[in-house]
Amino acid sequence: MNYFPDEVLEHVFDFITSHKDRNSVSLVCKSWYKIEKYSRQRVFIGNCYSISPERLIARFPGLKSLTLKGKPHFADFNLVPDDWGGFLYPWIKAMARSRIGLEELRLKRMVVSDESLELLSKSFPNFKSLVLVSCEGFTTDGLAAVAANCRLLRELDLQENEVEDHRGHWLSCFPENCTSLVLLNFACLKGEINLASLERLVARSPNLKSLRLNRAVPFDTLQRLLMRAPQLVDLGTGSYVHDPYSEAYNKLKAAIQSCNSIRSLSGFLEVAPRCMSAVYPVCENLTFLNLSYAAGLQSIELTKLIQYCRKLQRLWILDCIGDKGLGVVASTCKELQELRVFPSDPFDAGNAAVTEEGLVLVSAGCPKLNSLLYFCQQMTNAALITVAKNCTNFIRFRLCILDPIKPDPVTNQPLDEGFGAIVRSCKGLKRLSLSGLLTDQVFYYIGMHAKQLEMLSIAFAGDSDKGMLYVLNGCKKLRKLEIRDCPFGDAALLEDMGKYETMRSLWMSSCEVTLGACKTLAKKMPSLNVEIINESEQTEFNLEDRQKVDKMYLYRTVVGHRKDAPEFVWLL
Amino acid sequence: MSSENGKLLPETDAGGLNFEATELTLGLPGESRVTSDGVAKLGSKRGFSETVDLSLGDNKNTNKFGQSQIDVPEAAKSPVSKAQVVGWPPVRGYAKRRTKSCKYVKVAVDGAPYLRKVDLEMYNTYQQLLTSLEDMFSCFTIRNYLSDKKLDQVNGIEYVPTYEDKDGDWMLVGDVPWQMFVESCKRLRLMKSSEAVGLAAPRTPPKCSSAS
Repeated sequence: MNYFPDEVLEHVFDFITSHKDRNSVSLVCKSWYKIEKYSRQRVFIGNCYSISPERLIARFPGLKSLTLKGKPHFADFNLVPDDWGGFLYPWIKAMARSRIGLEELRLKRMVVSDESLELLSKSFPNFKSLVLVSCEGFTTDGLAAVAANCRLLRELDLQENEVEDHRGHWLSCFPENCTSLVLLNFACLKGEINLASLERLVARSPNLKSLRLNRAVPFDTLQRLLMRAPQLVDLGTGSYVHDPYSEAYNKLKAAIQSCNSIRSLSGFLEVAPRCMSAVYPVCENLTFLNLSYAAGLQSIELTKLIQYCRKLQRLWILDCIGDKGLGVVASTCKELQELRVFPSDPFDAGNAAVTEEGLVLVSAGCPKLNSLLYFCQQMTNAALITVAKNCTNFIRFRLCILDPIKPDPVTNQPLDEGFGAIVRSCKGLKRLSLSGLLTDQVFYYIGMHAKQLEMLSIAFAGDSDKGMLYVLNGCKKLRKLEIRDCPFGDAALLEDMGKYETMRSLWMSSCEVTLGACKTLAKKMPSLNVEIINESEQTEFNLEDRQKVDKMYLYRTVVGHRKDAPEFVWLL
Repeated sequence: MSSENGKLLPETDAGGLNFEATELTLGLPGESRVTSDGVAKLGSKRGFSETVDLSLGDNKNTNKFGQSQIDVPEAAKSPVSKAQVVGWPPVRGYAKRRTKSCKYVKVAVDGAPYLRKVDLEMYNTYQQLLTSLEDMFSCFTIRNYLSDKKLDQVNGIEYVPTYEDKDGDWMLVGDVPWQMFVESCKRLRLMKSSEAVGLAAPRTPPKCSSAS
């Protein structure tokens, strides 16, 4: 291999796309390191504080596509205060200054200011794709800047962000000669949209494949948009409410029928059940259906729709579908790989929407099932054992019993055996979320069998430090561990400090860990940042070492303490 | 939600009327007035420190169980009531997944200089609504008081939650299933109980659970 000119090696490396593989390539020898370094275009940074913008740029000067993740996962559930961190601006500033040819930016749980969006839009002439997932801190003014200045924009994908809406003029900021859009998703925006601008934009975007509208886009606009974009592959409706006996409804029916490329359907943020029959024609080719925002649909309408969806691979639905409805899914959707059942009424004890029965039915009917997110009223060991037998291919298994310490209602036992069966049977399991009454035993099983596990989420579980130790010792590929309200303390935390260098991060909140132990860990492991989030009045100096910390977040890093931590975050 | 905490009040004292039972408080009709540890419950006024956290966003002021300074892991082991835990269930954006539009109604409290508005669609049960109203009005209500009264003891001045329905009639909050109430409620009024003399004591709760 030494006799190949660099260009040849570079060409070979082009075929190596996975981040892990490229990282391995760069370790082979100096010459490979150098070639890989200059040819690397896509970089994934799972924790924005593990490295600095400057070092990133120095390491990969040819950077074109960057993925950045900010806040810890539990921030999604209000466990991380605002202003914790994860700011985009320093990254944009550094890349702009170094004239990085950025083309793609994908962010998750970052704080994105309008200022950063503006700077981005003006600094990267080849910028093509912006994907923001669960971000916050920006307004529609920032979007206006992106629309106006990114001449080659292909993708603007806003997923579940908190956006301050200054009303609809941002869409009008796309210049008339912008015809490059392939993906436009603004479903999470709450405010009004300039409908005429939207129609013109869609009309002049012949490559548009994916369009997801927000609630402000009414039924008749949808019909006109579909007429302009029959080539759509992915559609998210806005408001889907109309009189099913009207002319407008018939027009929509006709428009949908001309869209025979649609494979993915979502939206229905407001929905009139009797209008759903218009979408039946596209159902037979759908591979992804997301009705998790369609609170207006009852089980009967959902099942009617699903009966047409024989090719469905991914289904996101509300639990009002019920166990019987899941039975229909099981008998219809034989290609199903991913199922997510969300709670429609998370705080209501009485509404027994889905139980273990629905899950068992799906596991029996859908042998290809490999990814599950299931919010339910109850679960039994017997059901989990059956599911484990039926589906051995789970990669993601996230179970959320709404009462977090509920035992098996039939036997009154903890759910250790059920989850044990899952990890024993699903040898490829990478992500697991537990709930229900659980003892240390479940962690014994996890440590023993979940050898491919990368991410584990634990809440209200376990009896002692042993539980956490089983996991830390047994799960060799563990990258992210997040724990809340478990009786794990200092002994577990400090037993194997080197383990955390092999992981991306550890979150522990409302556990038994003391400040003293955190300080010890921070002192012994300079390659880790140990952060305490303290929202009470006490300062670092008032809190004694033996007192328990409320929230601890630690992560490996090559750049030491971050400089942007707010007052309530203590960097030990 | 609260059924496991409720205890039956003694029907009568020896030979006398149980005034406590007839005292009108801010609470669901027929609901027990004390929690299992004897602390006066939702109906009688409490301070912010006892606010149930509705996980609706801001987690700065309340800690997990809405109790101040409690040792959290111990609390974690007791039966957990869903509405009381920050960040549980772990579902992002659940508020957006709930019923479609918002329904803002005016809330007037006797004695308050200005009205407020609440979005009824943000709540699933009477309990959540009443808690939220308590939060909203506890400030000035307490200021009406002599300063040596404790925050959580608001004896004497109680409020009766009433609402104006589609027919223009003033009704007692809590009689009908929650969803029916949301649909028919046009505005809310927290009436001073001294004005509510003559109203029948709250009836037994409706058969279905609080959010039907």
